[in-house]
Amino acid sequence: MGILEVKDVNKRFGGLQALSNVNLSVEEGTVHAIIGPNGAGKSTLLNCFIGKLDPDTGSVMFNGTSLLGLKPHQINQLGVSRVFQTPEIFSDLTVFENVMIACFAKRDGSFELNAIPSVASQKDVQEKAEQMLIDVNMIDQRNEDAASMSRGDKRRLEMAMCLAQDPKLLLLDEPTAGMARADTNNTIDLLKEIQADRGITMAIIEHDMHVVFSLAEKITVLAQGTPIVEDVPENIKGHPKVQEAYLGGAHE
Amino acid sequence: MFGLDKKDSGLLLVVIALTILAPFILNPFPESSAMAQFNAGYPDLMQRLVIFGIFAIGFNILFGLTGYLSFGHAAFLGVGSYAGIWMIKLLTLNIIPAIIASIIVAGLFSLLVGWISLRRSGIYFSILTLAFAQMSYSLAYSVLTPITGGETGLQPKVSDPRIFDAALEEGTTPRANLFGMFMNDSYELALGGWVFTFNVGYYIAAALLIFAFYISIRIFRSPFGLMLRAVKSNQQRLNYTGVESRPYTLAAFVISGMYAGLAGGLLVAMDTQAGAERMFWTASGEVVLMTILGGAGTLIGPVLGAGFIKYFENIVSKINETILEAWFSFLPAGLTDFFVAIFYPFIGKGWHLTLGIIFMLVVIFLPGGLMEGGQRIANLFKRKSDKDSGAGKSQPAPAE
Repeated sequence: MGILEVKDVNKRFGGLQALSNVNLSVEEGTVHAIIGPNGAGKSTLLNCFIGKLDPDTGSVMFNGTSLLGLKPHQINQLGVSRVFQTPEIFSDLTVFENVMIACFAKRDGSFELNAIPSVASQKDVQEKAEQMLIDVNMIDQRNEDAASMSRGDKRRLEMAMCLAQDPKLLLLDEPTAGMARADTNNTIDLLKEIQADRGITMAIIEHDMHVVFSLAEKITVLAQGTPIVEDVPENIKGHPKVQEAYLGGAHE
Repeated sequence: MFGLDKKDSGLLLVVIALTILAPFILNPFPESSAMAQFNAGYPDLMQRLVIFGIFAIGFNILFGLTGYLSFGHAAFLGVGSYAGIWMIKLLTLNIIPAIIASIIVAGLFSLLVGWISLRRSGIYFSILTLAFAQMSYSLAYSVLTPITGGETGLQPKVSDPRIFDAALEEGTTPRANLFGMFMNDSYELALGGWVFTFNVGYYIAAALLIFAFYISIRIFRSPFGLMLRAVKSNQQRLNYTGVESRPYTLAAFVISGMYAGLAGGLLVAMDTQAGAERMFWTASGEVVLMTILGGAGTLIGPVLGAGFIKYFENIVSKINETILEAWFSFLPAGLTDFFVAIFYPFIGKGWHLTLGIIFMLVVIFLPGGLMEGGQRIANLFKRKSDKDSGAGKSQPAPAE
């Protein structure tokens, strides 16, 4: 049993069968990549994990709990954190405040009317947020406005926010999309470090093969809404079905 | 001090000093001078300055922190007023039950309105709150006349039950009090050419303003306040961080509704009357103007905005053609008429025209309101003193 179990998931948008009979199992403690050409249904599948979409049929189970019909905040409180394609942060707030919000969400749950004590008096949260910023090498930037940072730093901050919640599963949606090579490599290093230190289960959706082969322990290839191959990275590269899926269009 | 850091304590002390010394600050001109008409240190105006300050502080907790722009907050002020006047009519002329009831009733009403309106955000939320407020206004004017007094509104009468009070003699006017201190009692101090008025009602309202301001600082600095700012900044990220935004926005909505209720209760305590016009949409718009003019999202901005608008409303409305003519009389006759003709539309009943122009200028040139103006001036001086001392190294302070 994996920590995330996807069984017979189908999703149709009008005349388009976006996902058909998707079965997928993410093992605890591993980095699992989901790749595929444009339009293969990667994002649709991810949206079924996070409460944005519900599949027409099939089930998505996390740690024995069905994710169907749950709202994003409920799924997060179960232990699923998400990194967005474009880093989503609180850009009007400082770096430190960003991380503190994640710490408060972990400590206080989805709602707590904590209106009288000051943020500065919440020592446990302050210490944890500081530790997270040290872990991602951002402690020097703690009082900067989040909006003014580079894309790579925003990604770093978003990671710190996710880590502050001690997630059981980290979902990454094209974490290096639109990044310069240096930022991409930094992000890969950061993810490797997190994986080595904390052993967090990760599911990555990615375009960039360099990223996928640097990180993933297992790869699922999606094509036209169906998983065609699931294997370790070494066997994926030369797999005829994968080559067909990626290059097939060129022959027609 | 009281769990605030140094900067916030300073801010609170400034507000305390300003409210206590207001009778002096607002009466800078000797009674006999021509400028005496610009004095604002009389009880009625001073009471309104602080009451609308409370209203704006509460509105800022919703709008300044979460960014949800309510266009119906006058409804809560109006409902609070009605609750207050009924306590005065039914229970006692002591203002305490009236103020407590106005806060509770406005809180409950804002819970209902917020619960429905907060299903939408942005412009739809604003329109929903506006619709609720206008419905409340129309109801108060028509079918609810038995409770609201309709067009005439409500005033205490000698014949009211007032079950806690001894009966008043026929022919006396019922006056609101706090344990025997009447709201409209004043002590006048004549110093040289000046006359300063210290009014009971004003100081009671001012004490509540200080308390309301203190609570607002605590909310701004609390984890709850941080979450409200997160709602404004990126609601999607907040949801995917495991936080449900609606209970937060609803709590902010109800808190600001209770502030509005307190303001409504105080209005009743000061002038012992309540009418539907307090709920009209222009009253809701006015608190939006106050907050934006002063600086939405800043602690003290809304208080300044409320003071600014109420003060100038009073002053500008009082200027008339004769005064204008006196001002420009040093010019040749033709020019006098010319200037009087130009300025005439902006004075007296034309006050709203002046307000509109001020508001446009602020929004275009100082989007952060009067607070941003103050900040810029402060920065200007800082840069100058840096140059003078030859340091020039200090970085510009981040805007609050």
